[in-house]
Amino acid sequence: MAVKSYLVYPRTGLKIELITQLADLAGCEVTPAENRDVVILVTETSDQLEENRLEQRILSLPALESLNLVCGLEEHKE
Amino acid sequence: MERRQLLKQMAASSAFASAQAVFPGITFAAPKSNASLEGVAWKKAPCRFCGTGCGLLVGIKGSKAVAVKGDALSPVNKGLCCVKGYHAILALYGSDRLTKALVRKNGKLSPAPMAEALDLVANRMKETIAKYGKDAVAIYGSGQWTVPDGYAAAKFFKGGIGTNNVEANARLCMASAVTGFMSSFGLDEPMGCYEDIDHADVFVLWGNNMAEMHPVLFSRLLDQRMNRPGVKIIDLATRTTRTSLASDRLMLFHPQTDLALANAIAYEIIRNGWHNKTFLEKHVSFWTGKTNIGYGLEDKFAFEDKGEQVSFQRFQQLLEEYTPEKVEQISGVPVKDIRFLASLYGDPARKVTSFWCMGVNQHTRGTWMNNLIYNIHLLTGKISTPGNSPFSLTGQPSACGTVREVGTLTNRLPHGVVSNEADRKMAAGIWKVPVDRIPAMPTYHTVEMFRALDRGDIRFLWIQVTNPMVSMPKLRRYRDAANKEDRFIVVSDVYPTPTTDIADVVLPSAMWIEREGMFGNSERRTQHWEAMLPPPGEAMSDTWQLIEIARRMGHGQLFPWTKENHVEEIYKEYSKFHSGAKHEMGSYEDLKKHSGVIWPFVNGKETKWRYHAKYDPAAKGDSFDFYGFPDHKARVWFRPYEPAPEVPDKAYPFWLNTGRVVEHWHTGSMTRRIPVLDKAMPKAYVELHPDDAKALAIRDGDRVRLTSRRGSLVLAASIDKRGRPAKGMVFVPFFDEGILINELTLDSFCPISKEPDYKKCAVKVEKA
Repeated sequence: MAVKSYLVYPRTGLKIELITQLADLAGCEVTPAENRDVVILVTETSDQLEENRLEQRILSLPALESLNLVCGLEEHKE
Repeated sequence: MERRQLLKQMAASSAFASAQAVFPGITFAAPKSNASLEGVAWKKAPCRFCGTGCGLLVGIKGSKAVAVKGDALSPVNKGLCCVKGYHAILALYGSDRLTKALVRKNGKLSPAPMAEALDLVANRMKETIAKYGKDAVAIYGSGQWTVPDGYAAAKFFKGGIGTNNVEANARLCMASAVTGFMSSFGLDEPMGCYEDIDHADVFVLWGNNMAEMHPVLFSRLLDQRMNRPGVKIIDLATRTTRTSLASDRLMLFHPQTDLALANAIAYEIIRNGWHNKTFLEKHVSFWTGKTNIGYGLEDKFAFEDKGEQVSFQRFQQLLEEYTPEKVEQISGVPVKDIRFLASLYGDPARKVTSFWCMGVNQHTRGTWMNNLIYNIHLLTGKISTPGNSPFSLTGQPSACGTVREVGTLTNRLPHGVVSNEADRKMAAGIWKVPVDRIPAMPTYHTVEMFRALDRGDIRFLWIQVTNPMVSMPKLRRYRDAANKEDRFIVVSDVYPTPTTDIADVVLPSAMWIEREGMFGNSERRTQHWEAMLPPPGEAMSDTWQLIEIARRMGHGQLFPWTKENHVEEIYKEYSKFHSGAKHEMGSYEDLKKHSGVIWPFVNGKETKWRYHAKYDPAAKGDSFDFYGFPDHKARVWFRPYEPAPEVPDKAYPFWLNTGRVVEHWHTGSMTRRIPVLDKAMPKAYVELHPDDAKALAIRDGDRVRLTSRRGSLVLAASIDKRGRPAKGMVFVPFFDEGILINELTLDSFCPISKEPDYKKCAVKVEKA
């Protein structure tokens, strides 16, 4: 299981659309900034394949300007 | 499920912190959290890293720290953290954590039982004292020493062994602030507190990249500007930084010329009649000191300032050399900017807080620069009241609480100085040792201590919680010194570093929340934390290491306590030194209860502003009382502009400026073990101005060779990324032990504070 966080930038004037589009995707949690055009996205996926698919879907969102990875954590079975 | 939620919380925290670094002042709606945190106990601790002293809540589950959040009850950070704070617990779990003692055998460090290593250390100390005398052994600690660590070191060395060979790395970052306070006010540490931020109308940042070095405090500044119309931030700097980009006005000055700039502001204030005549008459005296005071470049350099009291008219006359027109020529700051800045300080309707840190302190005239900023606040009477504050920030979590307050410097005692008989008597009384055990003369300040190691005057050096083989200026000389024959080096640390590389014995230390302790931050706030985790392997707190060695050397009577109660007992004994309204500490019980308390803590109340009767129980009368001097007056000093010892010339045409980055803390020994931070900033680089880069045909990412008179190294060029140095200057961060920039720096220092200048030397720049 992998957890990643991103800073996500919307295209000009499309912040609300981007938030809506991201929130519709399974495995995505969205926290928008109140005073800047940037969104924090935390994703949770179960394997590499799912992770790649989700990333491709995010990158194809029309309201997306750029996706910037901040942190990636993996759950190890102890 | 639960662990997944914790991972998500940590990932989100990283993103919040990154967003704050990119957009200072950014705010988010409270994140929705359905994290199940059953079984996690949240315990308070100050952050392990910088001197801001943010309150953290550390999530403990079983014997592991699993999460961090800001302590909303802490008045320092009000729940916010920076990127380092959010990841603080990961610094505990680096894969190469030292868990066993290491002893050098046949040239190689090999694991050894802790008891055997401690025996060896004690025996070598005894042998060295027998052969060379007690001043041949020394301890070099840190502003990361907890209060009990520093107290045990001072008591053992000064009160037990009887040597003043006690120093700490705060000499490299805060000594000029101390001598500045002492010479202007007669007592150390700021008169104000962080609450000044909530009242000030203007913030003047003197050589201080707060957005990266004190990001949580900088967020508080930005928050004030967003919510209160008219609040302004002025950045005085030699390099354009993230702080500059968020400021209302950037004023770039040539290196070292801040001395002239500060005098020009004072000149303008008086010329316009903006000085507060009543305040000056009642509460201030005027002084001159020695000039052409040298740079400390030679071994055994000695200097003592001598003050002479002068009239206000004489002071005014001396300032005539610093008209804005003349200072524009010296500093490069336009006349109109100098006048604008003077008008902000001079406007009686505006409250002004000045912040400074390493740009002012790491300066061959660092004490003078501190004096000159106080001058401006004293001339205008803008001091010791909410929002009016000259405020020196610290870089380490207990540079104030331990080094300055406990007095872990060669000349200091927990109360006062070794050269004062009454202070020695007080220490001897509390420590129950003969007064003549404590020598009346200081020995070596930090640079001179390492020079003494090179000369052979010191033969045994114990280094705790610091990494001088990365951080000392003119590094090669001091590394070679440590490797000489018949030198014995003991290093107590949590990870292997270039300093453990030169050790004969490495003692594994318990880190931060693996032991009980206290730190004291920049605003006189003492903060306690309990032991939350067992230390790994045989790791032991630095305090207990000192006690173990003291007992082996026959000084056990100094520490008649158990492992369970020694921190509490040490704190109670230490507090006796500061009894009274001028410096009363919060009790042990108070510290356990609160997210820190500001001293003087009198009758259950913090003293947020010193030297004013309205706020300070030690102040007499009905307004200001600068009781640090017998005449109850603060001192305004005339201090001239004098150039740096090494300036760019034909052979070495660039200034070299060194410093820090937001991702890493100081020499990086902890933050480089945190994967997120290491990935974000993996290597040091050299910043060039784009015009200089173009002239040298250097592009971003190209390999560049930097050469000074002391050394040479190759690193990647960075152009217009994190910061932009002025033309004719390069900047290199010092966190990277793979790129030791201090091989190039100069070991010049302020003759009064003995603090080195890491911001100015001359280098040559070539495409590699």
